[in-house]
Amino acid sequence: MRKVITFLKEQTKDGLLPWSAQDATAQRFHLSHAAVELLALQNGLYPARYQRNRNMIQVDEQLRLFQSRVAVIGCGGLGGYVLEELARLGVGQIIAIDPDIFEEHNLNRQILSTPALLGQPKAAVAAERLAQVNPAVTVTAIQDYFCLANGHELLAGAHIAVDALDSISYRLQLAEFCTLAGIPMVHGAIGGWYGHVASQFPGETTVQQIYRHWVAGKGIEQQLGNPSFTPAVVASLEVAEVCKILLGKGEPLRNRKLTIDLLEMEMQEISYAPVPVTLVDAA
Amino acid sequence: MKITLKLFATFRNGRFKIAEQELAEGTEVRQVVLGLGLTEEEIGIVMLNGRHGELDSKLANGDTLSLFPLVGGG
Repeated sequence: MRKVITFLKEQTKDGLLPWSAQDATAQRFHLSHAAVELLALQNGLYPARYQRNRNMIQVDEQLRLFQSRVAVIGCGGLGGYVLEELARLGVGQIIAIDPDIFEEHNLNRQILSTPALLGQPKAAVAAERLAQVNPAVTVTAIQDYFCLANGHELLAGAHIAVDALDSISYRLQLAEFCTLAGIPMVHGAIGGWYGHVASQFPGETTVQQIYRHWVAGKGIEQQLGNPSFTPAVVASLEVAEVCKILLGKGEPLRNRKLTIDLLEMEMQEISYAPVPVTLVDAA
Repeated sequence: MKITLKLFATFRNGRFKIAEQELAEGTEVRQVVLGLGLTEEEIGIVMLNGRHGELDSKLANGDTLSLFPLVGGG
């Protein structure tokens, strides 16, 4: 391993390790791209592909992101963007869960969908896309429904769960699972021009309170559908929350919900009474 | 008593964004919802003076009540 580290250090210029060097190291020493990136980060070498993160994410923080395991439940409108952004951020292990295949009505907004991929499973397409975007990231693709009963199996080892579901019932199960598993959940939902985001730490009940009046069925998305931009906005806010929670930085949307109206360009914040819980270190 | 009623997203269609409402003392949020022609199932969030509220919260003079529809897509 010392040889590998020396080889990596030799190719580091101005504190940055070019991708070509990561790739050459993987080939030469028969290592995975994940193993090479881990070694680089552990030895304080900043992969050049993340250089525009450099002044906001230090090398030890980039290592922390790389050693994090994030589960994304849903690979559709929200999930496609969430997955793309997590991979580009350098989150090292990503679980992509979705039971569905791409259909024509997904094409207006789901970034992973293309006409050529209609009929293909969303989770598998996500894994293929992410392997191209960032070969150092390990993606576990699961073509199955998430539910409370299989949560421990599907989300095994996850440090955080990202809600990209389109069902309120499954979302409430995810909130319950995350509390049982002791992991934070970043919640997002969209409908038409509208969306909202909130982060819930174990023991908190923000998501349950948001859907307190829900009885059955869907929300306004049933009538309005979803355009191309609403999932991108809400997914990006969710990933910002994931990044902050994993790094213990900033102020997550904890005990508060951010509501977004893209038609009137208004944002509202709703606060929820804090539930007394002990602080959880997501990473 | 007087309250300020704010409607959000699709609840504004054919209604208003903000309006002053004259209500009887002790009116509950639910009565305001039904008075707008909305059903309880359509309600996502009830916000009372900036904080999460309930359908059976009692309103008081000077309150600001905000109603948001249910949003659940992904």
